[in-house]
Amino acid sequence: MTRHPLSLLGAVAALTLLPAPAHAHLVTTGLGPLYDGISHLFLSFEDLLPVVALALLAGLNGPKAGRLALFVVPAAWLLGGLAGFAVGSPLLPGTVTAASFLLLGGLTAADRRLPSGGVTALAAALGLLHGWLNGAGIAEAGREALGLVGIVSAVFVVVALLAAFVVWLRPPWTRIAVRVAGSWIAAIGLLLLGWGLRGAS
Amino acid sequence: MIRDRAPRPSAEAVLALLLLLAAVPVYAHEQSGQAAGFLTGLKHPVSGLDHVLAMISVGLWGAQLGAPAMWLLPVVFPMVMAFGGFLGLLGVPLPGTEIGIAVSAILLGLMVALEARPPVWVAASLVGFFGVFHGYAHGTELPAGENALLYSVGFVIATGCLHAVGIGIGLAHRWTMGRVALRIAGAVIALAGVYFLWGAVS
Repeated sequence: MTRHPLSLLGAVAALTLLPAPAHAHLVTTGLGPLYDGISHLFLSFEDLLPVVALALLAGLNGPKAGRLALFVVPAAWLLGGLAGFAVGSPLLPGTVTAASFLLLGGLTAADRRLPSGGVTALAAALGLLHGWLNGAGIAEAGREALGLVGIVSAVFVVVALLAAFVVWLRPPWTRIAVRVAGSWIAAIGLLLLGWGLRGAS
Repeated sequence: MIRDRAPRPSAEAVLALLLLLAAVPVYAHEQSGQAAGFLTGLKHPVSGLDHVLAMISVGLWGAQLGAPAMWLLPVVFPMVMAFGGFLGLLGVPLPGTEIGIAVSAILLGLMVALEARPPVWVAASLVGFFGVFHGYAHGTELPAGENALLYSVGFVIATGCLHAVGIGIGLAHRWTMGRVALRIAGAVIALAGVYFLWGAVS
């Protein structure tokens, strides 16, 4: 029996068209990678909550720390994201983000006055780590790097609004409310670490 | 006898047809169990009366103690409770968890009923100690298929809101009748704790 070459081609085409499961948690808005990136931050608590914690911490440390964080976090996020995208693999376990929750939430809850260099270093570390994971995730999912710009833009807006809001707060009880929010984020981070070590998520 | 036979489809063609018909689930961009995980976490602390009464009594006692304890306890408690959940997730044994929860309702209720005013560090230590039991028992019960992070978010938010309810009710401490009402509420919580303890040891 002679085989028609088109039949083999059909089989190969069918194989390539099979929808392979992709577990990337990147958001698809249908509006393009920029909006996908913006949506990603607001729908991904593992990225959003550490950004919120850093913004609260920067706000508690005054206007100078807030201004530095406002530009350092997005810049580091973009840098880390591009590096992660270039490498194409996260190389780190996902539970490493629990460290951001614990450290930033814990410092916010403790309300310790930090030198502006300390807040800047934390902002850079946060941006590099989470940006790296985002960039690697985008590359693994075969998406466009433009999504990073959306994420970074959203990060900028969140830090700007929250840090400025906390700097603006005057009554003492409002500072306590910010500390309570920090303790909640740290608590979530501790549970997240536990889930990660248990291998549930 | 020679018959006219229809051409047989090739094996590749059959395979191609079957592959095209194969329905493989696509998980891309789908985040299953997200809302369910958050809602389960949110509901969990309010689904057990023992947990609810203990959380509210923390807020009541904090309101009686006034600043800084009123604000310190809600800052400390979520982290200590999460530490209890962390121990549970790691599988570290904590014997007598249900008894610890019942005793927490008794002691915290008594503190409110007696309007006890120990040093802040004693109050924080007492609340923190029992927070470990609550976190251990309640922080680790994630139903299969639900998102662990969002379960944790819901759980911590609900617990914090219970504290806020307690503090809100505790603001009645400003008035004489309110002070009496709070002490009665504390006694009721302690009695409920005795009931929980009875159930835990029987």
